[in-house]
Amino acid sequence: MNGLKGTYIIFRRELAAYFATPLAYVFIVIFLFSTGIFTFYVGNFFDRGQDDLKAFFMFHPWLYLFLIPAISMRLWAEERKQGTIELLMTLPVRLGSIVAGKFLAAWCFTAIALALTFPLWLTVNYLGHPDNGVILASYLGSILMAGGYLAIGACISATTRNQVIAFVVSVTICFIFVVAGAPIVLDFFSGWLPPFVANIIGSLSFLTHFNAITDGVVDLRDVIFYVSTIAVWLFANVIVVDLKKAA
Amino acid sequence: MIEIRNLVKRFGPLVAVNDVSFSVTRGEVLGFLGPNGAGKSTTMKMITGFLAPTAGRVSVCGADVAQAPLAAKRQIGYLPEGAPAYPDMTAAGFLDFVADIRGLKGVKRRERLDQVIASVHLEAVLDQPIDTLSKGFKRRVGLAQAILHDPPVLILDEPTDGLDPNQKHEVRELIRAMAADKAIIISTHILEEVEAVCSRAVIIAHGRLLAEGRPDETESGWRFGDLLAAPGRLDALFREITTNAHPERAA
Ligand SMILES: Nc1ncnc2c1ncn2[C@@H]1O[C@H](COP(=O)(O)OP(=O)(O)O)[C@@H](O)[C@H]1O
Ligand SMILES: [Mg+2]
Repeated sequence: MNGLKGTYIIFRRELAAYFATPLAYVFIVIFLFSTGIFTFYVGNFFDRGQDDLKAFFMFHPWLYLFLIPAISMRLWAEERKQGTIELLMTLPVRLGSIVAGKFLAAWCFTAIALALTFPLWLTVNYLGHPDNGVILASYLGSILMAGGYLAIGACISATTRNQVIAFVVSVTICFIFVVAGAPIVLDFFSGWLPPFVANIIGSLSFLTHFNAITDGVVDLRDVIFYVSTIAVWLFANVIVVDLKKAA
Repeated sequence: MIEIRNLVKRFGPLVAVNDVSFSVTRGEVLGFLGPNGAGKSTTMKMITGFLAPTAGRVSVCGADVAQAPLAAKRQIGYLPEGAPAYPDMTAAGFLDFVADIRGLKGVKRRERLDQVIASVHLEAVLDQPIDTLSKGFKRRVGLAQAILHDPPVLILDEPTDGLDPNQKHEVRELIRAMAADKAIIISTHILEEVEAVCSRAVIIAHGRLLAEGRPDETESGWRFGDLLAAPGRLDALFREITTNAHPERAA
């Protein structure tokens, strides 16, 4: 069996697994509910009087900080806990396929949850004349960023059999990647580090690249940033599983 | 079909498997005996490619497990200890998933699924989520998964653990029925099981292979070197061999 076929079989099983339990529905409801709260109450969607979705997208980095690790925490920790990792790793399928299939299923699930926010998009189009190009770019940026969070979370989940630990550590690491681009952190670093080092730290931030995309400019560099972040963490995921199969 | 050469596995200071060598040919059912913690499961995990050995080699149907893991895994059906399976999947869904990964297609796939489901009697619970199944059914789902692709090599880690006497009997019948054209290893600490299904047995304790035995041709019973156990008296011999063994620590 080639790698793609294996990836697809794992992907299909994993995606179906989300919907086999209430987990998927609970997550989607919480996701929609919290995006709603942030958009309308915290973001003052109506009072802003602007026909765009900035009030919606600006909170995604912070929402994902908690919601995405809640998806990724089970990816590997649960396999370890239930012993199914032994089954999976003794079937004739490449480890890379398993890692990719699991990640893609989680990403696809996140994309479904995100897609279900479409009524918001209908609303702004009904109320005004938003720039739908910017909105589309923002959705793209959001799903790319979610992929980055997921890849981090998947890798962390592979290090433990305890989902709570996986969650807490993932949130912490994602937080670092978010705040690396916050002005307060950048100011702090630029005070005593050479500017190019501060720039590198800032350029690793999910926030910086996400804000660039939600401004409506899909720069290839931002896309490459997320794609390579995902690739690096998934590669680490393969290594962690390989080294730590038995524990 | 299974060749194990000087296999060693260390977990930190603990030598879980210590220089174990043996081989199993087609038509044999090897009983892998030993007290709890002897290193049976660890050895099986290395044969099936789940754990990398600290030293030594395993080859399955000519494929080296370390060099050509996929080729080896295709030849193996494996029931891990405790028969793990995805609890939220139905038995049917789980077997479908395994059939996909095993690359079974079309008529052959349907045939194998029907045959296997019938041979372990899963018909009644096919659409039930696995975590609602009794221990006996769970074990049978694990067995079904292991034999689905009709593998030439079967590795079964305590296949009858936790089953009631009738279920034990059925599983043993199933293993005997498959024995002719396969190489099978079953681990157990139930000695009557050895007499019931095995054509050969090795005893392991503290990671060391201590004795190898087979049914004695002239006298009835089992012979391990110069030790002979009368029918039904294997446990006394087992105790004698294993209680004199001592653990070894890595230097
Ligand atoms: N992942 C592991 N880490 C550390 N020690 C282990 C691990 N797996 C097994 N062991 C130890 O190795 C020894 C052999 O275990 P095992 O192969 O499961 O024995 P058996 O299956 O014969 O009961 C035991 O002492 C066990 O505690
Ligand atoms: Mg065991």
